[in-house]
Amino acid sequence: MNPVLNVGAAPVATPWFFYGLAAAAVISGLLVITRRNAVHSALALIITLLSVAGLYLMLYAPFVAGVQIIVYAGGIMVLFLFVIMLVSIERSVKERQFNRIWPVGLFASCALLALFLSAFSKGKALLPERMVQLAEGTNTEDIAGFLYGRAGRMGEYTFAFEIASLLLLVAILGAVIMTKKKI
Amino acid sequence: MLNYIMSYLGSPLTPGQAGNQFWALIYVLIIFAGVSVVVMAMNWLERKALAHFQIRLGPMRVGPHGLLQPIADALKLMLKEDIIPAEADQFVFWVAPLIGLLAAFTVYTVIPFGPSQAVSDMNIGILFMLGVSSLGVLGIVTAGWASNSHYPLIGALRSSAQMVSYEVAMGLAVVSAILMTSLNTAGTGTLSMIGIVQAQQQQGVWFLFKFFPLGAIAFVIFAIAMVAETNRAPFDLAEAESELTAGFHTEYSGLRWSLFMLAEYAAMLAVSAIAVTLWLGGWMRPFPNLLSGPAWEFIFSLFPGLTFAALAGFTFLGTIRMPSHSFFKIQRIGLGVFGLLLAFIALVLFIIAIAGRNADGSLAARTREGIDYVYWFMFKVAIFMYLFIWYRATWPRYRFDQLMRVGWKVMLPISLGVLILTAIVGVLVK
Repeated sequence: MNPVLNVGAAPVATPWFFYGLAAAAVISGLLVITRRNAVHSALALIITLLSVAGLYLMLYAPFVAGVQIIVYAGGIMVLFLFVIMLVSIERSVKERQFNRIWPVGLFASCALLALFLSAFSKGKALLPERMVQLAEGTNTEDIAGFLYGRAGRMGEYTFAFEIASLLLLVAILGAVIMTKKKI
Repeated sequence: MLNYIMSYLGSPLTPGQAGNQFWALIYVLIIFAGVSVVVMAMNWLERKALAHFQIRLGPMRVGPHGLLQPIADALKLMLKEDIIPAEADQFVFWVAPLIGLLAAFTVYTVIPFGPSQAVSDMNIGILFMLGVSSLGVLGIVTAGWASNSHYPLIGALRSSAQMVSYEVAMGLAVVSAILMTSLNTAGTGTLSMIGIVQAQQQQGVWFLFKFFPLGAIAFVIFAIAMVAETNRAPFDLAEAESELTAGFHTEYSGLRWSLFMLAEYAAMLAVSAIAVTLWLGGWMRPFPNLLSGPAWEFIFSLFPGLTFAALAGFTFLGTIRMPSHSFFKIQRIGLGVFGLLLAFIALVLFIIAIAGRNADGSLAARTREGIDYVYWFMFKVAIFMYLFIWYRATWPRYRFDQLMRVGWKVMLPISLGVLILTAIVGVLVK
């Protein structure tokens, strides 16, 4: 191997990438809840989801990042936009916005903030000092191993995974039954 | 510095894997320029081929046989007034063409033109391609909504419904091709674009012919779904000119409109590249096992030069057949110069093919191999691009309910059945 090629050298995922992606996620997340125009909110949400996909890439989880883009940014958000586009924007912009359950929301967000702060301050004690380093090249195979099992042995999460797929099947059937009058 | 820049030469890796940012940038620039030129050429070819399908001449005035028409069109579009409707959502209107363009061009980072002729080789290559190309619909949807006009909105609605429903069948067809990569001794497949072609190389068969007819059915499903994904005829309901004026880009003009066109053609090239990579052996030449050996290798390496020689021949034929009137003098000279240029390229390719005929790892041999890989890949993509034009000339447009019925009730069950059968046969064979 040519020694000049920096194969296997330090990754390009520097802290600056994290700061940039995290800032994009937070700012666009704020835009999602502050824009009055629902389509602008949806576009900001897409940027949030894409930056989160970038964060997954930084964690050496390319498969999760790819699925995040396909399922959320490419699939669900298109359906979101599909519905939102048909809402009359003029009315929703002029209408006074109200929210009667804001005390509940305030309580929930304060609790979440307290959780984050405690995790941030006590993180050293709670979490192991060194994380397991997953190589980027084998991450996808590892996920498959956890979900479907490897070398004739059942995976650690096969049962939970199959139960989750059953749940989705029930949801699909429910949607069909609710929309069809006669089956 | 110079050492760093030149260090990539002779490496069997893609610049992304080798971590060489300079060569990655060079590759990105080459791909960007190449795709733009191909889109311009496609513009000319599509108008010309469509015209000949309909027994017309097509563009004839700008340059010999209208060869300079794309350049004239590009100039016209750049100089045109850029109109933003007063009632439009300014920012979204501005950003919509860029979303489509970004999605269409980002995909090219993982397209393998050869075993090391790609910007990068990602572990999740095909997943990344499907994901990013599915973002292209966002550009169409936002464009239709931001125009604040009826036809664009209907076009955007149609387009999003269509792309979401055909993506399902497309994804299942892709999964059945990915399953085939896992039929090796280790039993692990790959999502990497280069890995998929190498799997076909190892198994000695294009996935089109694997488990016949399962691979072929999956390929046909993908070939139909990719036409729907790129909003081309007969699935061009999003821009049906007889019903919706121009669909989602009705309110766009000038440069912004041309960005939509660029994105559409770039997306067509990208999905064709996916089809070629997954089912047609990517960069491999035809019959690499049956017709192997140095002699056959040399014969097949002459093909790039022969292609350009044939094009030059056609051009010279056109020069001779030009009417002998003084009005056509400049056109005749121009066409002759163009033919000489093509002949020169053919000559260079022949010299490289002869100089690099021994696979001894020298610079000439590596250059020859690289040209062969890129040539065969582009040749296969070019067939698909011609098919896109052919479809448009042949088939009438689908009605919307027909489109949905075909997508959900025909293509989806078939692709699901093919996927299950592929898995069963794969287990039985192994």
